[in-house]
Amino acid sequence: MEKRDSENNIVIDINELVKNFEGFEAVRGVTFSVYAGECLGLLGPNGAGKTTIVKMIYDFSPITAGELRVFGESIVDSARRIKARIGIVPQEDNLDPELTVLENLLVYAGYFRMNRRLAAERAQEILDFMDLSEKADAIVNNLSGGMKRRLTLGRALLNRPELLILDEPTTGLDPYARHMLWQRLRKLKDTGTTMLLTTHYLEEASQLCDRLVILHRGKVIETGGPQELMDRYVGKEVLEMGLSTDDLSALMENSGDLIKDHQKLGDYVLFFTNAGEELSEFMSVKTKSLDVQVNYRRLRPSTLEDVFFKLTGESLGD
Amino acid sequence: MFNFIDPILYLWAMGFGLGAYITKINDLSYINFLAPGLVASSAMFATSYEMTYDSFTRMSYHRTFHAMVATPVSMDDVVMGEVMYGTFKGVLYGTVFLAVTLLFGLVKSPLAIMVPLPLAVMAVAFSIISMLWTSLAPNYDSFGYFFTLLISPMFLFSGIFFPIETLPEGVRTLAWMTPLYHTVEIVRPLILGNTSWSMAGHVGWLVGFIVLTLRLPLVMVKNRLIK
Ligand SMILES: Nc1ncnc2c1ncn2[C@@H]1O[C@H](COP(=O)(O)OP(=O)(O)O)[C@@H](O)[C@H]1O
Ligand SMILES: [Mg+2]
Repeated sequence: MEKRDSENNIVIDINELVKNFEGFEAVRGVTFSVYAGECLGLLGPNGAGKTTIVKMIYDFSPITAGELRVFGESIVDSARRIKARIGIVPQEDNLDPELTVLENLLVYAGYFRMNRRLAAERAQEILDFMDLSEKADAIVNNLSGGMKRRLTLGRALLNRPELLILDEPTTGLDPYARHMLWQRLRKLKDTGTTMLLTTHYLEEASQLCDRLVILHRGKVIETGGPQELMDRYVGKEVLEMGLSTDDLSALMENSGDLIKDHQKLGDYVLFFTNAGEELSEFMSVKTKSLDVQVNYRRLRPSTLEDVFFKLTGESLGD
Repeated sequence: MFNFIDPILYLWAMGFGLGAYITKINDLSYINFLAPGLVASSAMFATSYEMTYDSFTRMSYHRTFHAMVATPVSMDDVVMGEVMYGTFKGVLYGTVFLAVTLLFGLVKSPLAIMVPLPLAVMAVAFSIISMLWTSLAPNYDSFGYFFTLLISPMFLFSGIFFPIETLPEGVRTLAWMTPLYHTVEIVRPLILGNTSWSMAGHVGWLVGFIVLTLRLPLVMVKNRLIK
């Protein structure tokens, strides 16, 4: 975080970025930066505009308005040079299904103009790192989803990228495959690779990201570290209670700073708090004295999901 | 593979079979007239199949175009690469069939060694035409129309099976507007050894066609893929 102010450490600089699709505004004035060495999570539900932003960053999709600089250069002017320094894991796999694992890597290395020896060397390194050596000669079509994803990540590492862009790297994977991928990403982070990761999995965001940009309907609604955001919006714990909202104001009276904030969710109310046990006690007394009917109650640790929910009144989905 | 066998079947059926009933075309035995045209058409078919069905698979299903442009490669590079590959494939198939006609003793002139050149120019033209269709195709079915409406009529009416002079005026003009016709008019004299200056006009037509249309598939593929 201390690096933040230095201009030189900005890897991606996005300013008032806008993207329109035939009249539909998918990205509506987004501003954020990614600093060298950090993992920035672009977090938002399906349709928030994550993929649209990512595609603009690697010059796939032209920008409608705003500014976008990568390594200090405009992507429009220096696409080739910039793309040589980044690695991209797209949302949808686009490996060549008819080639083997190794062939996929070798062919891709060619797009970076690596000579055959270097390509073979790097490919072998990547097979080892991704735990795919045994599958080197398997046809990609026959791989499991998790292995395909690992190969896609490996392919993105061929050019030793300074910046790695990952668009929902683990969506659709089973928990085991997901953890396999997270391990690799953590190792990459430890070696100083800057990462931009989009996800709608809160666990992924809190496991990997130093900072989060929360995106909702094409706009940034909040930025901060995972813990920082939880402290700011929801505290340590959440008390979920199923009760009629008519009773709400009476219940909350005299609660002091026990209740940090609250949010209605269907027939429930979520109370955000830093003192769960005390609040729970307080509510027991209060509901009895007011004779309020409680259908359901549960005290649990808060999550980033609660932050998102508090900020938008909507769930992240999935 | 079937692209190799197809023209051989035509050569047999039409050349030896039908040819037995036709005495001469332009003072040639029918099979001598036919074979050079089939050299051109086998190149056309090879290129057209590659740049429709196979390009479409790469572009829409395998998404290899998307994968490539995430590297220093640009979309223009990708499309030009496709055109070059389609061209290579056409020249390869045409040249292999030329070798077959040589084995059948149907090559009359050493100038036939130059046949790959006009084949390459024609294959570029068919790569362009096919890529344009592919860039607009909603699905595989639409390639059926491409072959039925464009490629097959060209095959039948571009002077491969009979001289287009026998066609009515209007149809002849249509034939004149196809790259295949002009290629046949170059390839046949090279194989039979009766070259003339009129061939330069056909070369000019083909080169002009490429110069005028080469940018179109670049624009169209970008229109389709980049939003
Ligand atoms: N090519 C397109 N044409 C029209 N609308 C699009 C296109 N691509 C994406 N969108 C719309 O833009 C919004 C953002 O999409 P996307 O960036 O894919 O979201 P995310 O990756 O966060 O799920 C969605 O509403 C989506 O329907
Ligand atoms: Mg997406």
